[in-house]
Amino acid sequence: MSMAASTESQVQANAPATAPPPRRPRRWPWTPYLLSAPGLALFAVLLLVPLVMTFLLSLNSFSFYGGIENVWQIGNYADIIADSYFHEVFLRTFRIAAVVTLLCALFGAPEAYILRRMKSPWRGLCLLIVLGPLLISVVSRTLGWALLFGSTGLVNQGLMGLGLIATPIEFMYTETGVIIALTHVLVPFMVLSVWASLQRLDPQVENAALSLGAGPLTVMRRVVLPQIVPGILSGSIIVFALAASAFATPAIIGGRRLKVAATLAYDEFLNTLNWPLGATVAVLLLIANVVIIVGCNRLVERRYKQVFE
Amino acid sequence: MNRNGPLALIFHVLFLGFLLAPILIVCAVAFTSQGYLSLPTEGLSLRWFRAIGDNPEFIRAFKDSLLLGAVSSTLAILVAVPAALAIARHQFFGREAIQALFLSPLMVPHIVLGIAFLRFFTMIGLGGTFAGLVLSHVIIILPFALRLILAASTGMDRAVENAAASLGASSWTCFRRVTLPLILPGVASGWVLAFINSFDEVTMTVFIASPETTTLPVRLFLYIQDNIDPLVAAVSAVLIFLTVAAMLVLDRVYGLERLLVGKGRD
Repeated sequence: MSMAASTESQVQANAPATAPPPRRPRRWPWTPYLLSAPGLALFAVLLLVPLVMTFLLSLNSFSFYGGIENVWQIGNYADIIADSYFHEVFLRTFRIAAVVTLLCALFGAPEAYILRRMKSPWRGLCLLIVLGPLLISVVSRTLGWALLFGSTGLVNQGLMGLGLIATPIEFMYTETGVIIALTHVLVPFMVLSVWASLQRLDPQVENAALSLGAGPLTVMRRVVLPQIVPGILSGSIIVFALAASAFATPAIIGGRRLKVAATLAYDEFLNTLNWPLGATVAVLLLIANVVIIVGCNRLVERRYKQVFE
Repeated sequence: MNRNGPLALIFHVLFLGFLLAPILIVCAVAFTSQGYLSLPTEGLSLRWFRAIGDNPEFIRAFKDSLLLGAVSSTLAILVAVPAALAIARHQFFGREAIQALFLSPLMVPHIVLGIAFLRFFTMIGLGGTFAGLVLSHVIIILPFALRLILAASTGMDRAVENAAASLGASSWTCFRRVTLPLILPGVASGWVLAFINSFDEVTMTVFIASPETTTLPVRLFLYIQDNIDPLVAAVSAVLIFLTVAAMLVLDRVYGLERLLVGKGRD
């Protein structure tokens, strides 16, 4: 992952900077292993074992009378691949995630750029407003959208008052509603990511381009954009992964009618009690997530190697 | 050129409005004097805040959330500090793999972790217990703590430690008197970020919480699934007020940007 890689490069960059110790202190070669042993034990027992068990569970079969049967087969995966209902749910999940990612990039990246060009007291305050929602519970934020869309209908009243629409739009239990609420929940991650890449952009470079006769549009396209594209891309990976596996927001806004992969797995586990099928959905979601994150990170890092260094 | 034009400022105001609207509406609805969901047009009232007192399950869930956050972030720090020191200052076989393993919970969807822990805890008899909640939360918040402590211990000057060692300090004294004070800002902010992440977690916790032992976000989520009334708006508003207060303190003390953007993260 990019953050791992960057810490990595920092470690290496720091090594020659600090003066070499006059004499290498006596150390047993297993010191680092001893230091990380508590964490390794914890993660082996509490992360790897449960994940492997989930995978094994996804191979079991289930019947309404016999419950979970301890047989090994890939029937659940075959069911999901064959059934158009599951196709629809997975397709909807990735469609929502893709649109949310696009909207976050479209609004988050310009906002980060505007924030950077603000003057000192305002900048801190606005940054607080943009990043603050990250610390507020997702449930409270989604409740806000449920109130705006449904009960008070403020959004529709506003849109009709402005003359933008003639009849109320249905937001609750629709993809539109889920997309708007998820964009709200995830856009701070995009701002953060682009903000981090803007830190490396010297404002004087823009001034240099201007003084050499470039128009504002050219400066944006040839100077600013190439510098922040890696930030937009790594922000998009984070947003897409979080949107594809989001649970609370689609559960509240989408309800039981509009299912995505995460709410489907939840229902199979806690309502239908078909644990093997729920585990299968979870395994598929995990594989998709890891492939997207690792794969895209590789691509971004290879393509923009010079910017990361 | 280094100033925002009028168009940019209009965009900026709309953007902030979009971010604030749902949060403000929750706070506004919480003050309604009506018995149903509505804006407080008929005058402000605190009746729904008083109603929280009649629902002790919210108060109990809130206390459980605080305790869970405090215990699990402390445990996560105890595990993360030695691991961060090992990764930041030793070259050893498997170092990158170990770091990737410690950061891997960031990549696993919380819904998957919830399912995995539900299955695992039911099997070993920890299902629905507070211990189970703590253990699962330690796993998901450890990466946040580790990243900040890593950044702090990577950047520190090791000459001071070598000086202490050469003056005869034992390695424990050296850690307690020299290393720990130097990385303390990273450790403290790691604890705070871990606490926040534990306190806000809902997706994974909804699987492993039981009616007796649950957290406030889970309680709120399950309540909202059934019906939305001014009571949940009032509970959410209290949560929002507390978060904003904590955020202002955090921003004053440490800098919100530093906490969230971090040093070792891009």
